[in-house]
Amino acid sequence: MNHYPMWKNVLVIAVIFLGGFFAMPNLYDKDAAVQVSAGRYGKVDLALMSKVESALKAQSVAYMGAELQGDRLLVRLADSTTQLKAKKILDETIKGDYTIALNLASTTPPWLSGMGAEAMNLGLDLRGGVHFLMDVDMDAAIKKALEGLASEFRGLLRDEKIRYKRIQTEADHVVIGFRNSEHRDMALAKISSEYNELVVEAQDMGTTPSLVVRLTEVTIRETKTTALQQNIITLRNRINELGVAEPTVQQQGDSRIVVQLPGVQDTAQAKKILGGTATLEFRLVDFEHDVQDAVKGRVPATSKIYYHRDGRPYLLQKRVMLTGDHIINSGSTLDSETGTPTVSVTLDGKGARIFSKVTGDNIGNPMAVVLIESKTEMRKVGGKLTKVKRIDAKIISVATIRDQLSKKFQITGLDSGAEASELALLLRAGALAAPIEIVEERTVGPSLGQDNIDKGFQSVMIGFAFVLVFMVIWYRVFGAVANIALAANLILIVALLSLLQATLTLPGIAGIVLTVGMAVDANVLIFERIREELRLGNSPQASIDVGYSKAFSTIADANITTLIAAVVLFGFGTGSIKGFAVTLSLGILTSMFTAIMGTRAVVNSLYGGKHRPKLSI
Amino acid sequence: MQILDKKTDFNFMSKRKVAAVFSILLLLSSITSLVMQGLNFGIDFTGGTMIELSYKEEAKLGSIRSTLEKNGYGDAIVQNFGSIHDVLIRLPILETENMAELSNKIVATLQSGHESKIDVRRVEFVGPQVGEELTEQGGLAMLYALIGILIYVSLRFEYRFAIGSVVALVHDVLLTLGFFSILQLEFDLTVLAAILAIIGYSLNDTIVVFDRIRETFLKMRKGTSEVIINRALNDTLSRTLMTSATTLLVVTSLFIFGGEVIHAFSIALMLGIVVGTYSSIYIASNTVLSMGVSKADLMPPEKDGEQDINEDGSQV
Repeated sequence: MNHYPMWKNVLVIAVIFLGGFFAMPNLYDKDAAVQVSAGRYGKVDLALMSKVESALKAQSVAYMGAELQGDRLLVRLADSTTQLKAKKILDETIKGDYTIALNLASTTPPWLSGMGAEAMNLGLDLRGGVHFLMDVDMDAAIKKALEGLASEFRGLLRDEKIRYKRIQTEADHVVIGFRNSEHRDMALAKISSEYNELVVEAQDMGTTPSLVVRLTEVTIRETKTTALQQNIITLRNRINELGVAEPTVQQQGDSRIVVQLPGVQDTAQAKKILGGTATLEFRLVDFEHDVQDAVKGRVPATSKIYYHRDGRPYLLQKRVMLTGDHIINSGSTLDSETGTPTVSVTLDGKGARIFSKVTGDNIGNPMAVVLIESKTEMRKVGGKLTKVKRIDAKIISVATIRDQLSKKFQITGLDSGAEASELALLLRAGALAAPIEIVEERTVGPSLGQDNIDKGFQSVMIGFAFVLVFMVIWYRVFGAVANIALAANLILIVALLSLLQATLTLPGIAGIVLTVGMAVDANVLIFERIREELRLGNSPQASIDVGYSKAFSTIADANITTLIAAVVLFGFGTGSIKGFAVTLSLGILTSMFTAIMGTRAVVNSLYGGKHRPKLSI
Repeated sequence: MQILDKKTDFNFMSKRKVAAVFSILLLLSSITSLVMQGLNFGIDFTGGTMIELSYKEEAKLGSIRSTLEKNGYGDAIVQNFGSIHDVLIRLPILETENMAELSNKIVATLQSGHESKIDVRRVEFVGPQVGEELTEQGGLAMLYALIGILIYVSLRFEYRFAIGSVVALVHDVLLTLGFFSILQLEFDLTVLAAILAIIGYSLNDTIVVFDRIRETFLKMRKGTSEVIINRALNDTLSRTLMTSATTLLVVTSLFIFGGEVIHAFSIALMLGIVVGTYSSIYIASNTVLSMGVSKADLMPPEKDGEQDINEDGSQV
């Protein structure tokens, strides 16, 4: 009765062998490395590699090797000090559209990685880095969509020669006021036919015949999704600009984005760049009306007052010539004549067409460049702390259009070189579709990360050793068998985590530790049963068989209930708690295999063939 | 080694009234403390900022406090963390321009008046909204776990067992929460995870005992429910103690070697293991017995009602 068919023995051996194979890459430490990857205009090739190598050699930085991996170049270095030094050198020497980032390079031998075996990822709490949870301001996204519509209506109505008094954007609708109801009805027909995603209603605001334009539920949802997706893309671009290897940018829930930046230490800079809302608007100056009159309160309907950085007021047209959305590339330089910081800008095709037409029509007229930033502040309103949003729009330069401008031009009027390079970065990476706010930050420094690895590893090993000793003292040979199963279980957990390419965190390690303690439970249940059967005077062979079969349903019940708790934990989980839930669940599953099938295979081969063996239990 | 080599025959259930009174007293003091002073919630739930710094030399808490106070951060709580070099600074949600940038400002403030480089070990910032959500989700998670377990145990056993196991779980969770409340230990996200793990662990224990109770009910022809439950508890005693011991060993290792960050987590687990072991014997089984479970309740349906069953559940 205590014989396993061949296939079961083979299965146990095969699973453990495969487990060992996939767990193996974790034995290889990772190398410190610097990674060079190309943007749209750069190219990673042998020429770049030799350039990198000669730059490092010139500064006598000893590197262990450089290799091309697809679209990136990895330079391996001995330690983190030389890694930082190498990055600094490359930052200075490699110009052009390249991102230079610190990274860790796998040292898994090719024969292992070639078969799909890779080490598990380490979480931020183990390798150091920043985790941000960002809230996307959806109200602002809707408002922005409505403002875009308002601007389109202005153009449409003007083209159709429909006279309107004013167009105003509210929180969730646009109001258009007309001189008479005839024009209103024409506009209603025109807008309804052009925009079928809008709900247009005729209403009288006081004596003014008006139209109220709203977005449909579907459009609102689409606008929100688009805003979120676009923000994710923008954040990815900005992170690339920051030079971070293997960042994570993911949607969480309906309106949040998780950003994880391994290895980033300068969190102040990261926050500034990621949350940066700076963008540009180009507007024509309204020189037909008097600024001083406007400041006194007589603002023409088509214009608005803006202030220059130096405090002077200007009257600018409400209609925007061009927004920063059309900028595809930008860089910061110093003006060759004046030495002041400037930002050079390249427009996309559509932007260039619009811009050349408007500037062509307005040669000799002044144009203003407006820098727009939206900021969130906490203010006390009626005793309650509330978030207040403020749009900060300042004119950075006013210049007369001398020529027809098109694809490329320069902007001056920036305060400092740092401001110029930051603005250039933000313009290059694209604007956020809606402002974001950091609502959670978890930063772990590299020293704590290493500490956490050491301590986590130590506590797993010591806890494991405790249990090994305890089991051998208690159950002798059977205890030793359980110990083999426990070791196999640890290997299987690591193998599964590596196969799933899961991320190991400190709570994840705690989950492994807990599993080590609980995994022996199945064996304890079985062994106690065997002892009981022996006490009742049953034969050793029968005792083993009955012990295993009787304990099985108990083990299954007990583990399923624990799994329920683990699954709930996973569902509830934010990052680190999820790690705990994952290792706990995996541990429960693998322990069922090792503690029942694994130990049975060993016990059978030890005692199965003998007639009346003396059990060491 | 077999300490419990001979068949043990402790009369657990004779002490059940004493145990019930003991548990009720503990529960009452837990609840009183939870109501009166509540839990010392960490920033995960309240929102706020936490900064762990490591100084090359001994960290001077007094001068750190006064520097912070001078710069308008009088609300900061400054304490040592793990060693004399390490400092933990906590700040509640402040009415500053931007909470997200607060940690950078504070680090810059402390560094500017300091010669050697201060190592920023950890920064955690949780906005008030996120904290509220976590508290709500955490409560819900516990509720879902309990409901899921209630359903599973009802299906596998019988409703009385389900109630017994849930009573035991609520008992364990309340006592652990009470312990954290009475000592005002910090209750953060890891402690919540520990409590959910305790729910799993304690249940594991209870299920093993229940399994045996059911088996013993079906096997023993004579004896009152009390005698049968006692037998089952004695039969599983050795296993209960063994498993608790091994789990306690590893958690102790986690407590000693795992570092300051998971101290609260391991304390919660250690407590939960002890309480969970006790509760599966005295609370879960006790509840089942008080609700008058009998052999008939556990018989497979088709055999049910064919035999005469005494009031105490025994058969003649």
